[in-house]
Amino acid sequence: MPRPASTPGQIALAAFIAIFLLAFLVVPVATVIHVAFTEKGTGSFTLINFADFLRTELFIRSFWNSVYVASMAVVLASAFALPLAALTTRFVFPGAALIQTLGFLPLIMPPFVGAVAMQLLFGRNGSINLLLDDGLGFKIPFMEGLNGVIFVQAVHYFPFILINLSAALRNIDRAMEEAAQNLGSSGFRLFRRIVFPLAMPGYLAGASLVFVKVFDDLATPLLLNVKDMLAPQAYLRVTSIGIADPMGYVISVVLIVVSVGAMWLSALAMKDRDYATVQRGGGGLARRKLRPGESALAYGVVLLILFLVLAPHVGLLLLSFATIWSFAPLPDAYTTAHYARVLGESSIYIKNTLIYAALAGTIDVVFGVAIAYLVLRTRLVGRHVLDWAAMAALAIPGLVLGIGYLRSYYAVQLPDGTPLATFWIMIVVALAIRRLPYALRACYAALQQISIALEEAAENLGATRSRTLRRIVMPLMTGGIVAGFVTSFSTAAVELSATLMLVQSNADAPLAYGLYVFMQSAAGRGPGAALGVIAVALVAICTLASHVLIERSQRSKGAAS
Amino acid sequence: MTPAGITIRGVNLSYGTNHVLKDVSLDISPGEFFAFLGPSGCGKTTLLRLIAGFNQADSGEIRIGGKDISALPPWQRDVGMVFQSYALWPHMTVRRNVAFGLEERRLPRAEIDRRVAAALDLVGLAALAERRPSQLSGGQQQRVAVARTVAIEPKLLLLDEPLSNLDAKLRVQVRRELRELQQRLRLTTIFVTHDQEEANTICDRIAVLNAGIVQQVGTPIDLYERPANLFVASFLGTANILDGRVGGEGAARVFEIAGGVRLPIPADRQIAPGAKLMFRPQDASLIAGGPDRITLDGEVAHREFLGASVRYGIRIGTAEIALETPFHAGDALREIGRPVTVSLSARTSQFLSP
Repeated sequence: MPRPASTPGQIALAAFIAIFLLAFLVVPVATVIHVAFTEKGTGSFTLINFADFLRTELFIRSFWNSVYVASMAVVLASAFALPLAALTTRFVFPGAALIQTLGFLPLIMPPFVGAVAMQLLFGRNGSINLLLDDGLGFKIPFMEGLNGVIFVQAVHYFPFILINLSAALRNIDRAMEEAAQNLGSSGFRLFRRIVFPLAMPGYLAGASLVFVKVFDDLATPLLLNVKDMLAPQAYLRVTSIGIADPMGYVISVVLIVVSVGAMWLSALAMKDRDYATVQRGGGGLARRKLRPGESALAYGVVLLILFLVLAPHVGLLLLSFATIWSFAPLPDAYTTAHYARVLGESSIYIKNTLIYAALAGTIDVVFGVAIAYLVLRTRLVGRHVLDWAAMAALAIPGLVLGIGYLRSYYAVQLPDGTPLATFWIMIVVALAIRRLPYALRACYAALQQISIALEEAAENLGATRSRTLRRIVMPLMTGGIVAGFVTSFSTAAVELSATLMLVQSNADAPLAYGLYVFMQSAAGRGPGAALGVIAVALVAICTLASHVLIERSQRSKGAAS
Repeated sequence: MTPAGITIRGVNLSYGTNHVLKDVSLDISPGEFFAFLGPSGCGKTTLLRLIAGFNQADSGEIRIGGKDISALPPWQRDVGMVFQSYALWPHMTVRRNVAFGLEERRLPRAEIDRRVAAALDLVGLAALAERRPSQLSGGQQQRVAVARTVAIEPKLLLLDEPLSNLDAKLRVQVRRELRELQQRLRLTTIFVTHDQEEANTICDRIAVLNAGIVQQVGTPIDLYERPANLFVASFLGTANILDGRVGGEGAARVFEIAGGVRLPIPADRQIAPGAKLMFRPQDASLIAGGPDRITLDGEVAHREFLGASVRYGIRIGTAEIALETPFHAGDALREIGRPVTVSLSARTSQFLSP
């Protein structure tokens, strides 16, 4: 039950958040859209820029390439995720927990980092093709052109489908399956008619996320030297022709429309399918034992998939210790010199990343808690607008946000004369805006689970509202807040698309940017890989630490109640 | 379809060290409406799921219509089950839900359409065939679950606490509908419940289960009037149970309860060691004794006015019994603390073992 009457404090809080979102999300995006519809020079409304876009063969080809790559990445990612999700949730499968954990690993590495390692393993002269050529006399073009982008993106983003689909499968009431068996259904028919349709919302949520992420991604195609896709085209227009060229903005609008469209379509498809609320009682799906033959086949499939999706990590690790690795299945010799180099001269990247990601994560959980509180516990007029605005960031590609910041704040000068758009704080703000939706959902869920009676009991015993918030609500939300912070922190630490637009000098650059710079030259690959391994380790350690923290706090809460 | 009977012989089932069903044997006649009644954790749902094929027994056999089905998977058993949660598939309309089992049997489309329509007519939901389960009320969902199950014309209908998700008023109506439906289809039906009133009102016979053991099988009246043991007596209705020991010999035999109060025992009564005296609150009265009645002196400890009757708690020695008397307009209630004489019939009081 929301409380009556808004206090001045609540209004001030809401106003502050609104101004922040307005300045750093709404205005930049509106600017981008405005420029796309504005005639260069006169400033009047026009569709001529879009007509130019449609007339340019390169842009049309880039558009269809992006659609093709995003669609095929979804297909390939589904091919990775479906067997893993089905096998680990539907069968008694020793090692299921390990598989689920390994399945998450790709997410903690920027996809363009994996791209380099995958070139070395799967490229034309990579380990696999050299072995294939030696042994069987043919090569497979895993990494040629768009194939490479599809492969790298599918390997990187398939966990989104795996996570959502596994959760959906686990949440199906066992009675749903038993009722079908009772009426004569079994085996694959049962899976096709009952189990998979019930898990469909989870699958769609994951698949649409993969589509949007791949469609908007900038660094991976750039690093694989694929330029005829939309996001690289926008980047190249803005960086090579300048921020006054309208084409970058037109492409940005197209990116936004496709992102929003894909999310809208998946929301439409999931309408009236919030199955979880329909179910009552019962446990998760029954797990069946595999027969020996099935078991061997299942492990074969799982190992093959895990090999493919973990290859970038292994490749990166090898590369980071390699002296020379070229035209050979494995590096020639090993060294620790790359680590010495990045920890020495490039440690600024690591320091910057820790500062940026920590600041962005902090902003996100503060705003996340504040918005969740305003929405769930007050009756402030317009509180839902804050929620929607914060969530809208999901649909804005990082590249577009970066372009928007440049355009909106390049003319605004700091006291020392440099543009506000290139001030390092703007990188933090961009990261915070981009990750706010994740932190907000985590905080929102945490607050939603706290019964209002717990707060009323505290107030009844004499605690003021702010003391109740501090002594009752915040401690109970700890798990959600930590989860929100870690999600923001770890994804911000490896984010590049917005950053690529905003970084002006090496001294301000975060790790992902440094990686990108290193990876562009053959000589930089060793140090780049070392930096990549450090980034992966950093994110992994933070994620692990948060799991431990959350579990400990949940245990102590469990013991107390 | 001619209804099938079911025979359960020597069924045992354990989860690890937890012995859930202990040597269960039952015979259910064709066309009978049978209940498994017992407290939660007594094994009644486990037994039902065993019949449906969702659990595997460690030993024993289950025959339906004379055929041993123990080795068959659930989808080959032809045993329709209505789940406690109804388990309606939210991604299908009512019609698709009801058609599901028929489609799995690969029946011709026309036959499926005919039987779906008939099943929906049977439960009075023909008008809602195109709705989704989420657009139905709890009572309607329950009827879809029943229609879906009877559409396959199962040999046996299993109902797992089908009324527990309905509100009290609807429960009375729906249980009557279930009984009528069962009568019309002459379907052998097993109904699992923890609610003795539900079992009493709609079932032909009841098996009372406790701790994995069948305590007694009989008609509702049998179980109430002649409970086999103290568990059955106290699970079905309210029972006064007085602990005590047998003293004296022959005609002078007495049952001495705590506090030294002695009750004469009719000469023909057999009493097992450890047995206790049981009688129902309405079989005792505060009216003066008679030839065939036992009298006990006590005092009113508390009373509850229930409208049609008054329930007294009477302290006798250190024990306390419940006693229910009809209330008629103008009756005066007994005051708390006042001495009273309780009279109970030897015919309706029984000596039972745990």
